[in-house]
Amino acid sequence: MLKVDNIHTYYGNIQALKGISLEVNKGEIICLIGANGAGKSTTLMSISGIEPPRSGTVILEGIDITGMPPHKIVTMGMSQVPEGRRIFPQLTVLENLDMGAYLRTDKEEMKRDLEYVFELFPILSQRRHQIGGTLSGGEQQMLAISRALMAKPRILLLDEPSLGLAPLIVQQIFGIIVRINKEQGTTIFLVEQNANMALKIADRGYVLQNGIIVKTDTSSALMADEEVKNAYLGV
Amino acid sequence: MNKVLKEIRTSALSALWMMILTFPIIVIKVNTINMTVNWRWINLMWVGTGTFILSWLWRYLLDRKENGSGLKKTDTKESRRFSLHKSLNDKKMRIPVLSTLAVLVLVLPLLVNFYQVSIMTSALIFVILGLGLNIVIGYGGLLHLGYAAFYAMGAYSYGLMYLYWGIPFWVALPLGAVSGAVFGLLIGFPVLRLRGDYLAIVTLAFGEIARLVLENLSGFTKGPEGIAQIPRPGFITKLSLQGATIYLFYICIALVLFTIFVMRRIEDSRIGRALEAMSEDDIAAQSMGIDLTKAKLTTFALGAIWAGMAGVLLAAKTTYINPGSFTLMESVMILVAVVLGGTGSIPGVILGAFLVTLIPEYFRALSDYRMLMFGVALVVMSIFRPQGIIPRVRKHYIVGEDQS
Ligand SMILES: Nc1ncnc2c1ncn2[C@@H]1O[C@H](COP(=O)(O)OP(=O)(O)OP(=O)(O)O)[C@@H](O)[C@H]1O
Ligand SMILES: [Mg+2]
Repeated sequence: MLKVDNIHTYYGNIQALKGISLEVNKGEIICLIGANGAGKSTTLMSISGIEPPRSGTVILEGIDITGMPPHKIVTMGMSQVPEGRRIFPQLTVLENLDMGAYLRTDKEEMKRDLEYVFELFPILSQRRHQIGGTLSGGEQQMLAISRALMAKPRILLLDEPSLGLAPLIVQQIFGIIVRINKEQGTTIFLVEQNANMALKIADRGYVLQNGIIVKTDTSSALMADEEVKNAYLGV
Repeated sequence: MNKVLKEIRTSALSALWMMILTFPIIVIKVNTINMTVNWRWINLMWVGTGTFILSWLWRYLLDRKENGSGLKKTDTKESRRFSLHKSLNDKKMRIPVLSTLAVLVLVLPLLVNFYQVSIMTSALIFVILGLGLNIVIGYGGLLHLGYAAFYAMGAYSYGLMYLYWGIPFWVALPLGAVSGAVFGLLIGFPVLRLRGDYLAIVTLAFGEIARLVLENLSGFTKGPEGIAQIPRPGFITKLSLQGATIYLFYICIALVLFTIFVMRRIEDSRIGRALEAMSEDDIAAQSMGIDLTKAKLTTFALGAIWAGMAGVLLAAKTTYINPGSFTLMESVMILVAVVLGGTGSIPGVILGAFLVTLIPEYFRALSDYRMLMFGVALVVMSIFRPQGIIPRVRKHYIVGEDQS
C-alpha cells in the first residue's frame, strides 16, 4: 500500500530524517514509536507531502508520490490527522467535517460518511453546531479524526492522537481507530509516543531514534523486546 | 480610599512622565532671531493636567471593560449593534431601509453641491479599495501592506493607455482590473512561502518598489511629474465638469454595489471556504486537499482586481495621477479602514472607508493630525473593540444532512 524508501528530510541545514524506509500493507495498523524529537512527525509530513523529502521515494499504491503537493496526495486516498489536531477553531463541528470533504462531490456518499462519524463519536453529533475552538481536547481529537475520515481515505495517517488526553479518552479513541480499520478496511499508520497503547492495537511497529529506524518487528515481539521495554514502555 | 490614592499616584506618574517627555517641544521655544529662549511654563501645566485626566479616564474605561459582568455582555452587545446593520438583517425592515438609502443616494447629487459629490466619490472609491483589501486580509488572512501598488497599477493603466493609445474610460476600467490581477499574481508568486510578519514586510517593500519604479521610469511613466489631463468618462458626448463628476459618482455607486454583490458571492463560495480554511490553519487546510498555492494566488489576484478598478476611477476623477498618490501612507489608510471598520465584515469595511476619508475632509483642521488620530483610534479600538466597529458576523454554512 505505502512504501517509503530511504527518505532524507531536512529543515534548512538540519537533517531530521536520515534514510527512513518502511512499508505498510493494505489493511494493517502500523505504528511508529520514538522519543520526542526523533522525527516521527517529520516522517509523517514527508509522506503526506507537507515537508517533502530531499531524497528517497514515497510510493502509494504503486504510484510515486514523492514531491507531489499535499492537496494532490489527498486525492490519491491518503488523509492525515496532524499533530496537535489543528481543527479550524472558528468553524463549527459540521463545517470542520465539511472541510474534510472539500474535494468530494458525491453528496449522497458524504451524507452517509457524516452519519458514520457521528455513529463513531456520538458526542460530535450533539455538538455539531458548536464552534470547534470551544470543544474539549478530547472532542477536538475526535473531530480531527472524523474530519480526516470525511475525505474517505484508504490510508489514514495519525500523529499522536493520544497527546494530552486522559487515559480513558485515549482508550476510547484507540478503540475507534481499530473499529475504523476493521469496519472500513482503512489502513492505519499511527505515530505515537505512547508506545504501550500504540503497540497494543498495531500489527507491526517501527522504532525511530534520531531520524533512523532502529528496530522493526511485530507488535508482540516489540513489546517483549528488552530495549523497547526499557526505553519506551516504562516497565 | 486606598484605591483612590493609588489611582492618583499612577495618574500623577503618567503626567510627570509625559511632562518630562514633551518638555523640549512644549516648553522651550528658541527664538533664533533675538537669540532668546522663551520658556512656556504654562504649557507644561496643560500637559500635566491633561495627561492626569486622560490617564485616569483610560484606566477607568479599561477597568469597566474588564469587570463588565459576563451576563450583561450579550445583551449590551446586541443593543449596541450598529442600528443600520441590524435593520438590514431584519427581513421586514430590509426593503424600506434599503429603498430609503437608495433614494437618498440617487438624489444626493441634486441636494448637495458639487464639491460634496466629489468628496463622496472619493469615499466610494475608498470603499471599493477597502472591500478589495478585505479579501486579502479578512478572508485570506494575509497581511498585505503594499496594496497601494495595485491601486497605482489600475490608475497607471488608464493613464498610460490613454496617453499612448487614447483608450477611453470604459475600456480602461476592465483592463485596469485585469492589469491589477496580473500584478497581483506577479507579487503573489514570490511571496507564496511567506506568512505573517514576513509577508507584511515583503508586501510593504513591493509596494514601495512599485512606486519607485513609477517614479524613475520617467521616459515611460513621466516620472514624478505624473500624467495629466486624463479624461473623465463621457456620456455619449463630453460632459461638463459638473456633469462628469455626478456621472462618476453614479458609476462609483454602481461599482460599489457590484463589489458588495461579488463579496457576498465569494463568502458563500468554495473559494471562500478554501480561503477561510487557509486563514484559520494553513497546514490543516493543505491536509484537507486545499491547494495553498492556488488559494494564495487567488487571494492576491481577487484583491488586486478591485484595487485596479479603483485606480481607474481615481485617474478618471482627478484627471491627474503621479506616484505620490500611491505611497505607503495610502496602503496604511486602506488598512486602517479595514481594521477600524471590522476585518472581514462588509458593512464594517464600508463604514471604515467612509470614516477614514470623510473625517479628514470635513474636519479640515484635523487633517494635519490625521495619522495621529487614526493611530490613536487603532490603539483604542484594539483594546476596547478588537474586531472593529461592526465586527464580522460569520455566516455558518449548513452541510450534510441539514442541507436545504
Ligand atoms: N519546522 C522545523 N524547523 C526546524 N527544525 C524542525 C522543525 N520541525 C521539526 N524540527 C526538528 O526536527 C527534529 C524532528 O522533529 P519531529 O517533530 O519530527 O519530532 P517528533 O518525533 O514528532 O517529536 P514529538 O514526539 O515531540 O512530536 C527535531 O529535532 C526538531 O527540532
Ligand atoms: Mg511530533
